[in-house]
Amino acid sequence: MTWHPRLAAAALLLLVAPLSALDGEPGMHDPSTVIQADGRFYVYATGNGLPAFVSDDGWTWRRAGAVMQAVPGGRPGPDVLARGGNNTWAPDIMRVGDRYYLYYSAPGPQPKSAIGLLIGKTLDPASPDYKWEDAGPVVWSDGVEDSNAIDPGVFRDPGNGSLWLTYGSYFGYIRLVELDPKTGKRLHPERAPINVSINSEASIMIFRDGWYYLLVTHGSCCQGGNSSYNIRMGRSRKVTGPFLDNMDVDMLQGGGKLFAGSSGRHIGPGHFGLLALGEGVQKFSLHYESDLDRGGISVLDIRPLLWRDGWPVAGDNLTAGTYEIESARTGTALEMAVQGAPVGGARRGPGGPPPGQGPPSGAPPGTPPAPRPPIPAQEADQVSANWPGGAAGVRLAPYMLQAQQKWAITPVAGAGGYPGSPYFKITVAGTDRALAATAEAELTVLPAFTGGPEQLWRVDQLTDGTYRLMPKGVPGSKDAMALSAVGSSTPTLAAFRPAGDRERWLIKTP
Amino acid sequence: MTRLRNALVSAIVSAIGALPFAVVVIVAATGQQPAPAPAPAIGPPTAPTAPTTPNAPRGPAPSLARPASPTKASDRAGFLQRWLILEPLKVPGQLTEGAVQALVKKEHVPESLTAVPKDGEVVHAGDETLTWRAVDTTAYNVNLFHFAYALNKPTSNVLFWAVTVVDAPREMPGVRLAIGSNAASVWWLNGQEVIGLYNDRQAVIDDGVSPRLTLKKGPNVIRAAIVNAGGATDFCARFLDGNDAPIIGLVVRLDAAAGATPRP
Repeated sequence: MTWHPRLAAAALLLLVAPLSALDGEPGMHDPSTVIQADGRFYVYATGNGLPAFVSDDGWTWRRAGAVMQAVPGGRPGPDVLARGGNNTWAPDIMRVGDRYYLYYSAPGPQPKSAIGLLIGKTLDPASPDYKWEDAGPVVWSDGVEDSNAIDPGVFRDPGNGSLWLTYGSYFGYIRLVELDPKTGKRLHPERAPINVSINSEASIMIFRDGWYYLLVTHGSCCQGGNSSYNIRMGRSRKVTGPFLDNMDVDMLQGGGKLFAGSSGRHIGPGHFGLLALGEGVQKFSLHYESDLDRGGISVLDIRPLLWRDGWPVAGDNLTAGTYEIESARTGTALEMAVQGAPVGGARRGPGGPPPGQGPPSGAPPGTPPAPRPPIPAQEADQVSANWPGGAAGVRLAPYMLQAQQKWAITPVAGAGGYPGSPYFKITVAGTDRALAATAEAELTVLPAFTGGPEQLWRVDQLTDGTYRLMPKGVPGSKDAMALSAVGSSTPTLAAFRPAGDRERWLIKTP
Repeated sequence: MTRLRNALVSAIVSAIGALPFAVVVIVAATGQQPAPAPAPAIGPPTAPTAPTTPNAPRGPAPSLARPASPTKASDRAGFLQRWLILEPLKVPGQLTEGAVQALVKKEHVPESLTAVPKDGEVVHAGDETLTWRAVDTTAYNVNLFHFAYALNKPTSNVLFWAVTVVDAPREMPGVRLAIGSNAASVWWLNGQEVIGLYNDRQAVIDDGVSPRLTLKKGPNVIRAAIVNAGGATDFCARFLDGNDAPIIGLVVRLDAAAGATPRP
């Protein structure tokens, strides 16, 4: 496996900002972990001077200059240049104490390369405190050894607070070293790095329930739609490995359970980064080598992180469609509170021909009756004549495929969003009747969608695959509230409680 | 036009069937609570027995007992276990929202939504004479089938009225009334309609839950209409706090509203 001309590719990516997936300017390559600071989201990527990107909501992104603009000399420090080269690729970032450690790749003629450290107090370029200090190289590869010291991934062990760095790219091993949280540099530079994986790059670790997970990217990068990039993983009970995949194959021997491959309109996912949003909500950042909806450029994306059977699972952001919204607590479905009509009309027999509808006249004995015709799906315009013209209540009921139980969930352009998704409107399918929050923190269906924050919904998929639905705003309240099943027939709005099912919902295709 | 007529104007003797299960209740015009009557048609939990005489009570009703104390605190899960139940009123048994709403509007006078009947109080509904009966349930729910069956009353295509009075120790904002019912039901708190459940259904704990409400200090009158089309019929009710947790220990005092709420 060889390395690729990332810099040239990344330079092209930054010029384009079409629509879809994340909004604004998500064109980038090798993104760092997305980090939250002072109410904003930041991410850094491969490119001249390490391009910086910022978002106020995690949905709409914009360029925010380059990191090296705030570094004395405007480029890697002399020791970094000596160990590696004057390139700035594939950074990663973490807040440690009151400082930010930004690790970046500074390759020379690969596999001669170095990983440098920059230290800053703030991520806000407008702050008077905004500057990055060169802290020199952290690890490096000499061009001969079995290592290519690029693609840093920094990890804080939640068990003991220890700090670790994984790095490497195809040539040789993915390596692990322990860092000193006080300096961001190696804690034991005299010790040999620990090899943890091969055949991969873009490594990073996460931890959950006693397991350390090593996520890496396999395949080829930087070839647009011809990139075979895919994210794979193994796990270990120890931070130092061995990291085994789902078939117990050691990642040092090429193992790796697939976490995310190409799908939909996106080719070549790579460079996993955990984005923990609190209250048990986890997402992950990555880039695609080719976003077909943006002419094939590489873009950042943020997606839900799910967990199943002890392994992380790559979730997908909700897309526009018509859905049943079912309470994970009660198993009953959200509906506009109107008298439902059975699908297909009045009661029909359990089987066999209805009265007077036997075999065709004159048919020989034993001729089976004609099969009953299919019953079409119930649409709103078939049953809405008796629905109230004004606002209606909202309740939960057994799902019976009825029109008042089917909801169109539709992204709203220009209304902002949250990490990974835009706000949605939720309307009774086939109508403009919009689910909305009331000033009493209850629910109503308004006769028409008018775009108010009480009618805009944030839909986050949670780690168990269920969803949390939150209005952008509740009239007269500053509290964040989520759709909640307070009873089997009764929805309301309440603070999200991650420990239970009250605010968890299944979104199903009818 | 209402079918129910209050019968407080005179003392009424309600003799329900043959002894020993007959209930004899004397209701004074003053509204004074009657003395506990002996041997009601409800009693400790035992299996119903087959009737020996047409229209005779079959009692005692499993799971229901006659109140033996002035007050009763909710159980450990917050369920209200003391109620006044009116003997079942024969109705068409339609359970849609429109049918149930029309029925409950037809079958009560609006002023009565905050009134608290007396144990043994008799009302007339068309050609039916029905008696309010105070009951304690030994379970989380009130089994209306037990109630009606023990009295040898119909259990299908019926409407049950139920009333209780929660004596709140202080003003309690942000609470919710949470009920389950078999089948459809409509609920009022202090005269305000707060819950409606419709269509054929089983009684599920916390099925219908009211919007956030305020229990005022002192008596709060809960009234419910439960409509059953056929089969089992029951209900359960409790209050939830601001975190949706049951409120434990609320006290029911059926005479707490006496003098506080004008009778219609």
